[in-house]
Amino acid sequence: MEPPAQLTQRNRVVGLRIAVALLALTCVASLAIGTENVSVSTVWQAVTDYHDIGDQWIVHDLRIPRTVLALLVGLALGLSGTLIQAVGRNPLADSEILGINSGAALFVVFAIAFLGMTGIWTYIWFAFAGALFAMLLVYLVGMTGRATVTPVRVLLAGVAIGAVMDGVGYAVRLRNPQAFNNMRFWDAGALDARPLEVAAAIAPFVAVGAVLCLVVGRSLNVTALGDDLAKSMGGNVARTQILSLIAVTLLAGAATAGAGPIGFVGLMVPHAVRRFTGPDWRWILAYATAVAPALLLAADIVGRVIIRPAELPAGIVTAFLGAPVLIWLIRKRGADRS
Amino acid sequence: MTITQNDTAGVTFGRRQCVIRIGNVSARASWRAIIVVAALLVGAFAIAVVAVGLGKYTVAPADVLGVLTGSNTSFDRVVVLEWRMPRMLMALLIGSALGISGAIFQALTRNALGSPDIIGVTSGAYTGALIVIAGIGGGYYAVAAGALIGGLVTAVLVYALSYRNGLAGFRLIVVGIAVSAVVNSVNQWIIIKIDFHTAVTASVWQQGTLSGQSWSQALPMTVCLVVMAAFLVAMGPQLPVLQMGDDAAGALGVRPDRARLAYLVVGVGLVALACAAAGPISFVALAAPQIARRLTASPGVGLVPSAVMGAVLLLVSDVIAQQVFSGSELPVGAVTVSLGGAYLIYLLISQARQR
Repeated sequence: MEPPAQLTQRNRVVGLRIAVALLALTCVASLAIGTENVSVSTVWQAVTDYHDIGDQWIVHDLRIPRTVLALLVGLALGLSGTLIQAVGRNPLADSEILGINSGAALFVVFAIAFLGMTGIWTYIWFAFAGALFAMLLVYLVGMTGRATVTPVRVLLAGVAIGAVMDGVGYAVRLRNPQAFNNMRFWDAGALDARPLEVAAAIAPFVAVGAVLCLVVGRSLNVTALGDDLAKSMGGNVARTQILSLIAVTLLAGAATAGAGPIGFVGLMVPHAVRRFTGPDWRWILAYATAVAPALLLAADIVGRVIIRPAELPAGIVTAFLGAPVLIWLIRKRGADRS
Repeated sequence: MTITQNDTAGVTFGRRQCVIRIGNVSARASWRAIIVVAALLVGAFAIAVVAVGLGKYTVAPADVLGVLTGSNTSFDRVVVLEWRMPRMLMALLIGSALGISGAIFQALTRNALGSPDIIGVTSGAYTGALIVIAGIGGGYYAVAAGALIGGLVTAVLVYALSYRNGLAGFRLIVVGIAVSAVVNSVNQWIIIKIDFHTAVTASVWQQGTLSGQSWSQALPMTVCLVVMAAFLVAMGPQLPVLQMGDDAAGALGVRPDRARLAYLVVGVGLVALACAAAGPISFVALAAPQIARRLTASPGVGLVPSAVMGAVLLLVSDVIAQQVFSGSELPVGAVTVSLGGAYLIYLLISQARQR
């Protein structure tokens, strides 16, 4: 008989392999399924030996950019959601609920409407600034006063700040019909019709964010014990918080600049994978790396087929899937705690 | 109508009270509340007189008063009465409908954040209205009926999903936020399905706008609002009794479940009226009862002060929406969401300070 610890470890590895296999499967499905279904052999040919014939161009020109973008955005959302929940010790949070995506979106709208920026390389910096701005604002509002900081208070602060930012952003956009039409689909968190350039632009920032996750992963477990206990165990809470802040800024900003505000992926993934990983944040992050992109890809595929030939943006599908998770979480917490 | 000092009753309420009596209907109110309501009404009238003259064709306030009294018969009359008055009136009516609705929901949930725009009722009403507009088509009454059904379904859904050994305030709100996320997604999807020109209209409407109001829209809205207000008067002062808790309410002769259901239907109905006329204008229902409660220094939210406060808030927001950018106007909802959202943030901070 093996000791239980090793058994858990082996289960975790097996589970991670399954998650990666799932991710690969959704990738192939994302290349093949859509308004026009493409056979898997054609997908294979388009990837390995591309000729501009038949359905190969659909895979090459449309589905590959879309899938790559979904992978990056899903990864960014999953990791940022996990970090927010870990560092904030708040199970009811992700970058969308806390208004961070709205902040990034608002600053992008400013950049497009007032400064005339249209390329992702110029406005992505505004997305980072907006994400950071919103996060600091939520922190200030949610943590102020003598009352204990509860997850619900932080959530309400995020919802309020997100609403104000969405309102202002909307007003600005409405004064510019061109911007309105350009950003109408971006609003709902759609992944289609974006050139590979967008994915290429956000990739380095997502990569840096992911590396930062690797750096802080270990200290997240200590932070989870609370500030005092973490300090007494030799953890550097401030360092963890600052690195996480940078990581979330990069990840949420890049995701919003790439695909518009997409909610609930970051909320769902940590809760979904915890059943398989246990409370260890390093494993949750590792699982999120595979599960979050798979989830966003699956949402995108569902959006493509559910109202064929029209498409439902991925952000709408994730809200459909994720909001019930939020309801389940708040019900589970019990009536006495808020 | 008579107003009598209530000192003869021999009951001390802690502040000076009076009884207003019109025929068989009487209501008790504090002097402060009466003064605040009167001041708000005067203020609303003054703002309306000034604001109705603003625009590309300006009319001086004195000339506006002349139009109202009938002494001014120039072109000003057309501008004021035909062009701008319906919009002004709709701002006041819709604002008061939202204010009352917010007060009802906040009293039922016993929480400032339990207002219909936070817990998704407004979004749900908008879904119903959108389905009627995009799918079936119809006039104001059809859209209002769709909005009523959409709002009721959402309210019942939120209530059922958050019910577990009773209703905990914060659970209701978080469930409401989650449900409104789903409902907003549905709304966005419907808008994407509609082609571009309709989409701009629907999207402006999604924020809530008062532009393009005419007498033909103001009339059915007024009728419905009067009916609902009469119903609320007929129900009597059951709302403050409900706020004391179910046991106390039962002991005082109020059937809690029946009264709650009636108030819920009226509360959703008022949101639906507003939504069918102007789209889902958010945060007026949240802010109006709270501001009114603070001004009148009353322990609970009152329907009449909330209604007047809502009217003033929406009127001011609409003036800002029309005047803030020269040349083009904003949907009023974009103004209320910014102002009301800022107020919500203030409310969260002050709640945290108190505890």
